[in-house]
Amino acid sequence: MDIHEYQAKDILSGYGLKIAEGGLAYSSEDAVQRAREIGGHVWAVKAQIHSGARGKAGGIKICKTHDEVQAAADALLGKRLVTHQTGPAGKVCSRLYVEAGTDIVKELYFCFLVDRSSERIVMVGSAQGGMDIEELAVTNPEAITKIYIEPAVGLQDYQAREMAFALGLDPEMMSHAVKTIKGCYKALRALDVSMLEINPLVVTASNELVALDAKMGFDDNALFRQLKIAELRDKTQEDPREMAAADRGLSYVGLDGDIGCMINGAGLAMATMDMIKLAGGEPANFLDVGGGASAERTEKAFRLVLADKGVKAMLVNIFAGINRCDWIAEGVVQAVRKIDMKVPLIVRLSGTNVEEGQRIIKESGLPIITAETLAEAAEKAVQARNEVVAKEAAGEI
Amino acid sequence: MAIFINETTRIIVQGFTGKIGSFHAQDMINYGSKVVGGVTPGKGGQTHLGLPVFNTVKEAVNQAGAEASIIFVPPAFAADSIMEAADAGIKYCVAITDGIPTQDMMTVKNFLRRFPVEERMILTGPNCAGTISPGRSMLGIMPGHIYKQGNVGIVGRSGTLGYEAADQMKRLGIGISTSVGIGGDPINGSSHRDILEHFENDPETKVVLMIGEIGGPQEVEAGLYAKEHMTKPVIAYIAGLTAPEGRRMGHAGAIISSAGEGAAEKVAILRELGVHISPTPSAMGETVAAVLATL
Repeated sequence: MDIHEYQAKDILSGYGLKIAEGGLAYSSEDAVQRAREIGGHVWAVKAQIHSGARGKAGGIKICKTHDEVQAAADALLGKRLVTHQTGPAGKVCSRLYVEAGTDIVKELYFCFLVDRSSERIVMVGSAQGGMDIEELAVTNPEAITKIYIEPAVGLQDYQAREMAFALGLDPEMMSHAVKTIKGCYKALRALDVSMLEINPLVVTASNELVALDAKMGFDDNALFRQLKIAELRDKTQEDPREMAAADRGLSYVGLDGDIGCMINGAGLAMATMDMIKLAGGEPANFLDVGGGASAERTEKAFRLVLADKGVKAMLVNIFAGINRCDWIAEGVVQAVRKIDMKVPLIVRLSGTNVEEGQRIIKESGLPIITAETLAEAAEKAVQARNEVVAKEAAGEI
Repeated sequence: MAIFINETTRIIVQGFTGKIGSFHAQDMINYGSKVVGGVTPGKGGQTHLGLPVFNTVKEAVNQAGAEASIIFVPPAFAADSIMEAADAGIKYCVAITDGIPTQDMMTVKNFLRRFPVEERMILTGPNCAGTISPGRSMLGIMPGHIYKQGNVGIVGRSGTLGYEAADQMKRLGIGISTSVGIGGDPINGSSHRDILEHFENDPETKVVLMIGEIGGPQEVEAGLYAKEHMTKPVIAYIAGLTAPEGRRMGHAGAIISSAGEGAAEKVAILRELGVHISPTPSAMGETVAAVLATL
């Protein structure tokens, strides 16, 4: 789960990280009011969306008068911002963070993340802040310092110092830097943070370390014990279909294609999508209905897939293990009858009681296309989709 | 031979008396696995499914000679159960539980590393379907009847995609020595590479099918191991060709978060390393058959 910059800054300032004075605004009047409260002559008006690279997308505006603050807020609120992290659909900005301008001497990069290879937390830093770290990793990997943390004893002072020196910080700032770095690590461990990125972390004219931006991601599996963090979820930043699916215990990811999918198991779901692509089609979604796949669950899954009006054909691929194909077939037949499907449905069942499952589908009298193998199912789905598209083009639908 | 489990392996179930634990324990018993009891703290001394219930894993080891364990404990308590098993002297543990926090798994892995290698419990999972040595023992939640006994080792992250592979192979008359699910989490007990090493040392296994997916470095690490240390051929299929970057595809670990973690990139690297590639998920069985035919 991701949170907004202002939320991350609020959390981290509680762990000793220095941030510029700022406030949240939901309207341009709010924004001007925040600027007045903060005082000074320069403010940054920042779109709060769950994405990095907001600056490049025009989501951060530096203002020198209250009128400029108002204009910036008007321009950003309600705007859909597209960055390389949001995907082409972008994310709508409905909150702004107004912050006092910071007198920047130097921009640094700093983050903590879970390294899957070493199975440890790794601290990453670079004296070349403000830019895309992945780009830097390719163009100038020597400019990046990585320090791995032994989980049993946690981050040590010498490691924080090592990072501070790698960031090129003045020795006079050492104790301040160590305190800042250790504070971030403490937050990470206490709150089940999976990623914490401060880009840029800046050195100010008064030799202070200030987080100009802050991004935090949390381990979804740990939210059961991080109830305060779970409350920070901003549903407007997430795909409504994915949220609806999660509420029903289904795992769904919306994609750009037009062949809807319902599959049990994440791996088989990805594999089925691959088969669709190899057969010349594009999947509309990833959907794992899980092991149970009861009639009720099946119906919910169907409704979810078909809520995407771009879907031109739907493919169901279930490998029945503990559950049985005949139960699943009954669930599918029930769902189709209840929903009154408009698009062709391709069903492939395998595993326990497969013959019985196929018989139920055949005898239902419904226009369900069946397939024996994964390849056949994908080919039939693509073919059915193409027929629908051709009919649409001919004005028959 | 097979790896990890066979007909003599004495198994206990942690989370034995719960609904899910009971269901799958019965299924394993029906398959012929040698289940010798279970652990549910506070219910020690009772009998469940005709078998003794113990309060602690240590008691199960001392009194019932438990060697392997399977964990159905809820996510909040699962890491604790895994460490209890390791400390009690269990040799092989499968964690079925889905949803264990990443930091808990980091603690578990760190705990396991403190044991000398020869005493260290082998953990597979969490968030997996378990391990089966067909015809001998099942330590998992898979449908046992789809697996035929034979000489191909399977290691994979996904449950149902593993079933798909076993089913394709059975249709072609190909059997399996052991199938090991390593689970879909970012930090797991054993990696693809770890399991390849066991298959390399198992005289019964002739070839290995590795079923990987997007996210993380484990498939490539396994490919490097295969190139440098294995005499047996490895066949791989990597799921997630259509998965977009930065999106989690069901499994907590199935997310492309940096270069080299996409399916196409992994396939290219594995091919370079001499691993046989199953080009599609429906060709896993035939690709294995083709490699077996060259031996």
